[in-house]
Amino acid sequence: MKYLLEADLIRKEFPGVLALDGVSLRVRPGSVHAVMGENGAGKSTLMKIIAGSYQPDAGSICVRGQACSLPSPLAALNRGIAMIHQELNLMPPMTVAENIWIRREPLTRMGFVDHRALRQQTLDLFEQLRIEIDPDDEVRALTIAERQMVEIARAVSYHSDILIMDEPTSTLTEREVEHLFGIIAGLAAAGKAIVYITHRIPEVFRIADDVSVLRDGRLVGTAAVAELDSDRLIGMMVGRALDQLFPKEHVPLGDVVLSVRNLSLAHAFADVSFDVRAGEILGIAGLIGSGRTNVAETLFGLTPATSGQIAINGVVVRVDSPRTAMRHGMAFLTEDRKDTGLFLWLDVLDNMEMAALKSRFVRRGFVREAEARAECSAMAGTLRIKTPDLEERIENLSGGNQQKALVGRWLLTRPRILLLDEPTRGIDVGAKAEIHRLISQLAGAGAAVIMISSELPEILGMSDRVVVMQAGCVTGILDRADASQVSIMRLAAN
Amino acid sequence: MSVQTRGRRRRWHEARILLVLIAIALVFEAIGWSVRGDSFLFNSQRLLVMVLQVSIVGLLAIGVTQVIITGGIDLSSGSIVALSAMIAASLAQTSGNARAVFPALTDLPFIVPVLAGIATGAAAGAINGALIAFTAIPPFIATLGMMVTARGLARYYTRGQPISLLSDTYTRIGEGALPVLIFVAAAIIFYIALRYTRYGKFTYAIGANPQAARVSGIDVGRHLVLVYIIAGCLSGLGGVVTSARAASGQAGMGMSYELDAIAAAVIGGTSLAGGIGRISGTVIGTIILGVMTSGFTFIGFDAYIQDIVKGVVIVLAVVADQYRQRKRRTA
Repeated sequence: MKYLLEADLIRKEFPGVLALDGVSLRVRPGSVHAVMGENGAGKSTLMKIIAGSYQPDAGSICVRGQACSLPSPLAALNRGIAMIHQELNLMPPMTVAENIWIRREPLTRMGFVDHRALRQQTLDLFEQLRIEIDPDDEVRALTIAERQMVEIARAVSYHSDILIMDEPTSTLTEREVEHLFGIIAGLAAAGKAIVYITHRIPEVFRIADDVSVLRDGRLVGTAAVAELDSDRLIGMMVGRALDQLFPKEHVPLGDVVLSVRNLSLAHAFADVSFDVRAGEILGIAGLIGSGRTNVAETLFGLTPATSGQIAINGVVVRVDSPRTAMRHGMAFLTEDRKDTGLFLWLDVLDNMEMAALKSRFVRRGFVREAEARAECSAMAGTLRIKTPDLEERIENLSGGNQQKALVGRWLLTRPRILLLDEPTRGIDVGAKAEIHRLISQLAGAGAAVIMISSELPEILGMSDRVVVMQAGCVTGILDRADASQVSIMRLAAN
Repeated sequence: MSVQTRGRRRRWHEARILLVLIAIALVFEAIGWSVRGDSFLFNSQRLLVMVLQVSIVGLLAIGVTQVIITGGIDLSSGSIVALSAMIAASLAQTSGNARAVFPALTDLPFIVPVLAGIATGAAAGAINGALIAFTAIPPFIATLGMMVTARGLARYYTRGQPISLLSDTYTRIGEGALPVLIFVAAAIIFYIALRYTRYGKFTYAIGANPQAARVSGIDVGRHLVLVYIIAGCLSGLGGVVTSARAASGQAGMGMSYELDAIAAAVIGGTSLAGGIGRISGTVIGTIILGVMTSGFTFIGFDAYIQDIVKGVVIVLAVVADQYRQRKRRTA
């Protein structure tokens, strides 16, 4: 048996998006197979298909040479495929042993759970994996790393020989990573196959035997890690065309509006320094967890800095709440529309007017409804927000129109400094281009823009300069002329 | 995109609750004619009593509606009624009373006990709000604690003794239709506050998404404290009216009113998930409770069956609310 798992020509379409377009993946027994690619490349979709959570539209899956269908995660588990989820799937108030053996608890003759046997078989399992956790501890008392170990043990307890791990190291400390790598090596030595999704290039060279790279729903290639170097791997990951984007118009830059010096937030980022001028778009690139979102949140006062300095128009200011940030002319379009942006049950009007309400649309406590409505209506027209009327609940709008309404919310505050975190995430190409044009116009009108994005083409197309972050530190600031997908990736991932 | 669209959509929602109210009233009307040969509705005295007996609960419901819109809950309103009734009554006694609580503080102008009662409610609300906004305690627990504590304080205040012999100017507050007028006035004030003021916008925003509210520059903690203080004031006012009407202060006043108030809000369409609810709905919900109580008495149901039916109606209202929300999500 040459391959333990063969996924052939998998195709998966979601409404409006072709997530996977004929992707194949072959995993050898006793190997660690890394899967890489940008956000939205299709990695997670492919893994969910292999683990039985999604059904492919076309293509086949063979396990141990046998073609099979995987209609549910349970079916995949019965075939020996287990997924260690990014959001861990454990029941926090229950003990470690109960979590692992749920549904399969050893029983006494009376039909009660046999807790002694439960503990013993958990200890046996842990010994085999060299995990040191008390089976009777409650899961909620464990660290993230320990919970991950419990998930791995649970997967092994199902006699799974194909383990899928989705960025398992993203929240671990260095020592915990070492322990995890030890366990992974042990599993591979025991003949199991590990499919390992990661963004981190050094990890690939550290533990993987093979690597497959996905880009825009297609397989770029599979190679043995021994035959690769880091430049060639980066070359495989990037190289997407820069078309269908709206590049920034050239405008003369004005004075420095926002100046950040040695800004730090404990446990998130340290010593971040940069300037942004009027009319400039400063891109911030970096992998997930690099601290880029934390920097924006700190600038906006959501998580006040533990040290460092923020100066606006040359005056040092203290930003300790969103309200002070807004008073200084800042606006912050957050990364997660649903979590921190939208008031889903309120109408478009309420959603748009909320940030500017206090400063512009209230007199003696009363909302000047007519004026707010007129302004929001005009803004909705400018942004071409498609909605039956301003009284429509915002949850009934498409993602792109919701995002435009949020952009409108901030534009109504007449900001001089715009913080945009993933401004075009999860919206269609048309809306994307419109938002890009809008950002460019705002910069043209003299706003200072900071734009965080996971999409390198967007960063490259829009930014005058690019700050690259890795693990909470700025690893480089590139001018537009020097910025390329390869140069950014080097600073972000190496 | 006209102003009318907004108005129409808002009214439609109330129309459904109003239909429920009319339907229930008509059922009693029909039963009344067939069983007692008497009209249920065409009796102005009965109608007045009907609203009068729920006007205290209605005051509490106006406060609790606002709390629920922020995504919270207030279990303490009934107990705050008792505590503020005791404190207000103790400052409203006449000098003819040989056993006054504060012999030196008798024959005060009626405004003193009124303000003291409302201030008592405000203080309890401030504690509720501060606990919820600045510690991680869920509203259910914080207000449950206040419910038990405030009731205890009401009893401890006079070691369980009722407070009587209140001044005439004070008891006048509870006479005739005045409690109904106070309820209606409060309803109008907070209907306007929720719909047309910054206070109202922020209240809905916090209930719909507290994180987004914070990012939009709203001081969520401070606003929550304000909402709970307002709810406390309304409960305090409820205590004043209750003690004035009974011409005494008793530690058992307002017993389980908090549940009736929550029921009125929920029947009126306030969503326990937060972000949704209107005072107009709550007023109709309050009147539905009043109609049911009067109606059952009118047709001679005993009190136990009244409670059983009331319980069922409350649960049905919440089920309908859940159903509405699900339909909206899948639409």
